[in-house]
Amino acid sequence: MGSIFNLQQVVNGLQLGSIYALIALGYTMVYGIVRLINFAHGDFYMIGAYTAYGAFFLFNAVLGGSGLPMAAVALVLAMLASGLVALLTNRLAYRPLRYKPKLSSLITAIGVSMLIEYLFSALPFIGPSFRAFPEILPSVPIKLGQNATISTHALIDIGVAAVLMIGLTILVRHTTLGKAMRAVSQDKDAAKLMGIDVEKVIAWTFMIGGAFAGAAGLLAGMTYPRIFPFMGILPGLKAFIAAVLGGIGNIPGAVLGAYIMGVAETFATAYNSLLGEGIAFAILIVVLLVRPRGILGEKHADKI
Amino acid sequence: MSAVLKVTGMSHWFGGLKAVSNFNFEVPEGAIYGLIGPNGSGKTTTFNLITGIYKPTEGKIEFSGGDITGAKPYRIVRKGVARTFQNLRIFGSMSVLDNVRVARQYAPVSSFLASTLRLPSYKAEERARKAEAMNLLDVLHLSGRAKEQAKNLPYGELRRLEIARALATNPSLLLLDEPAAGMNPKEVQDLMALIARVRDEFKVTVFLIEHHMKFVMGLCERIKVLDFGETIAEGVPELVAKDPRVLEAYLGKKGGH
Amino acid sequence: MKIPRTPWLLVVAAGFWAAVQLLRLVGFNDYYLFIANLSLVYVILAVSLNLINGIIGQFSLGHMGFAAVGAYVSGSITTLIFKLSPNVAAHYPGFVLALVAGGVAAALVGVAIGFPTLRLKGDYLAIVTLGFGEIIRTVFNNIDAVGGPRGLLGIPKFSTFTVILAFALITVAVIRNIAESAHGRNMIAIRENELAADLVGIDTTGYKVKAFALGAFFAGIGGGLYAHLLQIAHPTQFGFIYSVQVLIMVYAGGVGSLTGSVLAAFALTILTQLLKSGLSSLKSLTGLPIGGDWYMVLYALLLILIMLYRTEGLMGTREAKLMVIPEEDDK
Repeated sequence: MGSIFNLQQVVNGLQLGSIYALIALGYTMVYGIVRLINFAHGDFYMIGAYTAYGAFFLFNAVLGGSGLPMAAVALVLAMLASGLVALLTNRLAYRPLRYKPKLSSLITAIGVSMLIEYLFSALPFIGPSFRAFPEILPSVPIKLGQNATISTHALIDIGVAAVLMIGLTILVRHTTLGKAMRAVSQDKDAAKLMGIDVEKVIAWTFMIGGAFAGAAGLLAGMTYPRIFPFMGILPGLKAFIAAVLGGIGNIPGAVLGAYIMGVAETFATAYNSLLGEGIAFAILIVVLLVRPRGILGEKHADKI
Repeated sequence: MSAVLKVTGMSHWFGGLKAVSNFNFEVPEGAIYGLIGPNGSGKTTTFNLITGIYKPTEGKIEFSGGDITGAKPYRIVRKGVARTFQNLRIFGSMSVLDNVRVARQYAPVSSFLASTLRLPSYKAEERARKAEAMNLLDVLHLSGRAKEQAKNLPYGELRRLEIARALATNPSLLLLDEPAAGMNPKEVQDLMALIARVRDEFKVTVFLIEHHMKFVMGLCERIKVLDFGETIAEGVPELVAKDPRVLEAYLGKKGGH
Repeated sequence: MKIPRTPWLLVVAAGFWAAVQLLRLVGFNDYYLFIANLSLVYVILAVSLNLINGIIGQFSLGHMGFAAVGAYVSGSITTLIFKLSPNVAAHYPGFVLALVAGGVAAALVGVAIGFPTLRLKGDYLAIVTLGFGEIIRTVFNNIDAVGGPRGLLGIPKFSTFTVILAFALITVAVIRNIAESAHGRNMIAIRENELAADLVGIDTTGYKVKAFALGAFFAGIGGGLYAHLLQIAHPTQFGFIYSVQVLIMVYAGGVGSLTGSVLAAFALTILTQLLKSGLSSLKSLTGLPIGGDWYMVLYALLLILIMLYRTEGLMGTREAKLMVIPEEDDK
């Protein structure tokens, strides 16, 4: 050890970055389309983790315990649950405020976030305390050179994130929905005039973003096996910062920002735990002061 | 006549896009000076550069003999450059009176403490602010509306309110960004008379941007015509109107309203 | 001959003071007094936040960070004095100075944060102030000299009803007088249209920093009073969720209306206590599992409903008569 470049930290950082990337994508897609920082997005991630947890206890007997079928069912259910909650949140809380001042939506989003968190915390069968996440898949370390290993969990995290991100890229580039999403993010009014059902596109965006956060929740549960109702707050904020770092509204930017964030945080924490807690906000402040549009964000002149 | 505003070699890029290219002009003191050109020819950008909203990529802007290139907007205003906006920017929830009164920033304001305690010096200042604002509202035929919330005013009055507000900053140069936009012929006539009167009464130089050809030709004493960020003609209205490049580039295409 | 205006604010405060003293004689117990005190602390926090979020139209989500600075600074000073000589009555001047010191420290932090961040707008500013609020909290959590994660214990109970009421009155009066002055007009212009404000010659950045500093100052005072009411300053008392509670008061009352903030601070503090005790007695009565965090669920729901159905809050930007200073020549 001792050297500043440390392969193990890079591996750990990429693993953490994969989880951030899945959350950051939802933030950036929603922001790109409705210009809203969806404060509740971190809670969709939490819902994914709890759904996977519940799925394990419901289907454990049927599916014969841990293993790939169990993991697949948990993944699908987590994505479905988070996606539906995101869809519902959009319909009930954000859509009525679409043409009101932007801050009303932001405050509503804070309210939704609080509501979800405290509801989970107050419900007797969930409760505020930590729960140990079951071992759906065993973690086996694989040697990487001399002094680094990569666990099967890390491979799964990175792999699932990669597959989902490739899927999203195909969706955005080659499907009608993807084209509509890009059109709406550029100019809502023009898209409407072109016959695009803007509200439908927004709904799909929330659903997909929520589902990705749900997948991240499952992966996080498996990797850092401790879940609680407020677990979404910090990863949510960090993923948001990652999206800002990459250029909010920009899909490849969110992924890039998330991996930078994951690696930076892993290194900072290894150096000093307080620094690890603060690095995300330090990054945010530096980005906003030095390059507010983010690494890949575009500059556009304000209309005056 | 000396120039109140002198712009030399001014250019501005947005990313790779050149919005204003090597502008040179002088606005003579006391004149009504017009800048015309089609949409996207860099007119509003020119105003944004003069008022400090953008910093020019190249060039120099001098006002009353002093360099104001890249200065902060509020400092430029306090030196005596005021403007109105193409898309109205009024303080909607404030009263008409407050809209005008708030623009008197050239004179010092009492400290927070003196204002909080309502010391006599503060009260005297407030009286002066109010008297001046009421006077301006009078000139612009808005005094009857003083107590109303600004956002409830009809469009034509809002345009006049913006002029009143700009005048309250005590300017020597008044920039008007498409003052006749959205007005009917009668209103345009009244506006022309008003602008001429404002120039005489407040001893200001007027620099305006407009699409409306009749308005510019009838009101301005000197005109500069732009096309795609470049100057194609400059001079008195009679000559500019006959310039073949102007006829082709601007009047020819746009039909001259 | 000029007749001085009736100081209605002072009259109302004095009336409130007298009413509480009378009620104390007929069974207004310590719990009720605590709720009155807590409400007044929230009046200070909500009104000072309204200066930032309502009057000048910025969006701060880290108000409790400033309160934490005030609480820890004033708490450290008074615990020190108290240790040296534990005669409570003799220490009130020192207490007031300690509170002011806490306020000044909070204002300095406000300026330090304000300069780099206040050119950000809306939701970005919200996130950055949230971040700073959390950083302040994390810092206190890691300073052993003020108890670290255990909190600063043994703060003397100097926050009496009279002291809190006096500071609440001063806060409301000062912020109202500023909001109703030429400075307040400049701030409202910045809220209404920042670019236009800039272009009538208002130093928008300067005003934002000043408003931030002043809001932070009073938040620091509020935090100090809070710590001397609960006799502890603990990092968890100043978390994000409490900043949101103050924010809810500002929006429920009507952002931009100081009257609204005062009313909402009372209404929501009392409502919180009612919900807590109501739910727990319902729980013991019926055996239903409805204790704990259910009141926060209702609180969150309230915030969402306000935003959906009454975005302008209780008062909008309107003010009660006693919060308006009439102009000299209009009667």
